Amino acid sequence: MGLQIGDTSFKDRVQEGLKNDFMRQAVSSAQGRLRNGRLSAAEELGDWEDWRTLGEEIRTHTMENLDFYLQQLSEQVENRGGNVFFAETAEEANEYIKNVVKKKNGRKVAKSKSMVTEEIGLNEALEDVGAEVVETDLGEWILQLDEDPPSHIVAPALHKNRQQIQETFENKKGYQKTDKPEELALFAREQLRKEFLSADIGITGCNFAVAESGAVTLVTNEGNARLVTALPDTQITVMGMERIVPTWEELDVLVSLLTRAAVGQKLTSYVTSVTGKRLEEEIDGPDDYHLVIVDNGRSKILGTEFQSALHCIRCAACINVCPVYRHVGGHAYGSIYPGPIGAVLTPLLDGYEDHKELPYASTLCAACTEACPVKIPLHEQLIRHREIIVEKENMAPTGEKVAMKGYANWASNPAAYKMSAKMARMALKPWTKHEKISNGPGPLKGWTDVRDFPAPSKQSFRAWFKERQKGEQT
Amino acid sequence: MKVSLFITCMCDIIGSGVGKHTVELLEKAGCEVDFPEAQTCCGQPAFNSGYLQDSKKAMKQMMRAFKDAEYVVGPSGSCVGMLREYPKVFRGDPEWEEQANNLAAKSYEVTQFLVDVLGIEDVGATFNGRVTYHPSCHMTRVLGVKDAPQKLLRNVKGMDLIELPLAEDCCGFGGTFAVKNSVISGEMVKEKSQHVSETRAEYLIGGDMACLYNIGGRMTREGKNIKILHITEVLNHQ
Repeated sequence: MGLQIGDTSFKDRVQEGLKNDFMRQAVSSAQGRLRNGRLSAAEELGDWEDWRTLGEEIRTHTMENLDFYLQQLSEQVENRGGNVFFAETAEEANEYIKNVVKKKNGRKVAKSKSMVTEEIGLNEALEDVGAEVVETDLGEWILQLDEDPPSHIVAPALHKNRQQIQETFENKKGYQKTDKPEELALFAREQLRKEFLSADIGITGCNFAVAESGAVTLVTNEGNARLVTALPDTQITVMGMERIVPTWEELDVLVSLLTRAAVGQKLTSYVTSVTGKRLEEEIDGPDDYHLVIVDNGRSKILGTEFQSALHCIRCAACINVCPVYRHVGGHAYGSIYPGPIGAVLTPLLDGYEDHKELPYASTLCAACTEACPVKIPLHEQLIRHREIIVEKENMAPTGEKVAMKGYANWASNPAAYKMSAKMARMALKPWTKHEKISNGPGPLKGWTDVRDFPAPSKQSFRAWFKERQKGEQT
Repeated sequence: MKVSLFITCMCDIIGSGVGKHTVELLEKAGCEVDFPEAQTCCGQPAFNSGYLQDSKKAMKQMMRAFKDAEYVVGPSGSCVGMLREYPKVFRGDPEWEEQANNLAAKSYEVTQFLVDVLGIEDVGATFNGRVTYHPSCHMTRVLGVKDAPQKLLRNVKGMDLIELPLAEDCCGFGGTFAVKNSVISGEMVKEKSQHVSETRAEYLIGGDMACLYNIGGRMTREGKNIKILHITEVLNHQ
């Protein structure tokens, strides 16, 4: 599938989202639950702002020394008999993994939830070489059955309700029970158990790799990552190159931030750390282990004003508070990374051409920046994107450019400004009725399509102030 | 204390009453208010839309206008928040960096100025009615002013202040967003209008006229009977 979802225009995707009442209701209630969960988990921890600062410091330090920590990580993995592959592009990563699967004669691949494998389109690549790929995270499995892309980075099937899931199970897997969550989950569990037991290759993502030990840590609530890493003989971890911490100590901080910010839990049900293949003195573990470190555009972000976007720990707190996301849903972003972080990250990874609307899909209300557990200034980065779109990429509409030139001249010329303050009311008079404008001209139209616009004052403030001063003098 | 009023273009041209209340309120608090006439707009419409170079022209005009001011006080968390961003915009600019730092350091939103600088939490106002308060995003999250308006409002006599559900959620204004993405903006303001209705307030109070025009404009469009009031109008009411 890759980073981009679908090929319809942003406008069409927004319309699609807005008319999907099911989705909007599901998203709105999930957002409410998730953001309240985060707030109470943060309060319970205490000193949340200090924790955020610590999280930011750890991420900043790690990104500034990324080469060192990646080197350390790969040495540790290799010392334990694992194979490490640095993939510069999605294609390189897929090619490498395909070769491992082919060499092992792998027929069935069990996967635990991983955004980076969505990003590189791994499932399709593996299916091309004849392997059957099974997603084992409940949400991802539902989407796989339905051939639907994820709409949220933590809860990928957030846009679906239980009736829709029941239908999917019925149509694709012959499910015959009710839409009760317990029954649906039990059914999924029975189905997936068979898949775990028959898979020959296990593929996981990576929440954090610990550089000092070469361990990969996975944070889940369903336990599926444990089965994926425990059963198949061949194990592959795919990680974005920034998903790394120096030591267990930093892991502790970031996992604490991640689980609280993502789902409002002190800890998820499972936090699993796996360290490569089975050594001689060990009784279990895989025979073969591969760590695939994916760049796919990330190193280009290093050293730029967007570097802190790489600090993201994929908790989705920004998505859970975003009022734009609430109304349009994840698919409207046209990227597997939706919401504020998606609007920042997607153009960085995939260019502006197909994603130039995303930085504007925000009121800059800064709820995202406030929610981010590692203090990424998300709304400021959206403004930086807009600057590049306007001033470097030259992609802004001509009318807007002309209007902004006019604005600059107006705002830098007090006499022109004063004149417009005097004339505004008269200029808008043809459209004014009962002190409001309900059907405005030009750029006002977008405003008055949904709400009234106030008529300018009869006397500008500056005119009033001048009169008042004169009155005082006489 | 000498205060230079930063009126904001919106309150200068569209909501001039806000300026009158701000002046009177500051004078009651013992300030001498002047109005530098060279001021225009803070630059935010261009800055937030990605037109950095165009926005700088407006910003330079503002720095010239308020060069000699002791304090700059304005009735908008968002516009004052923009002035406070100037140092980031002009960092490393030999000609303007110092002036940008200077203006940012002396600029305050009006409730912030009353509470944090003058130490006033009760302005002695009386206002009879059922009201609710919308804390605008830039006031709370960009400028970081959360408590000052609440403190002042709680001390207004006669007022029934009802808490707005999901008050911290954006109303959907977002500057050019309201025009550029008016469909999404419309959905957001419908939701906000719904929350305001739930309070059964007669008055919606806020610290940023743009947000109030957005919410109020939607509510009149829906035929709802509510009056929007800038916080200075309430605080200046006897």
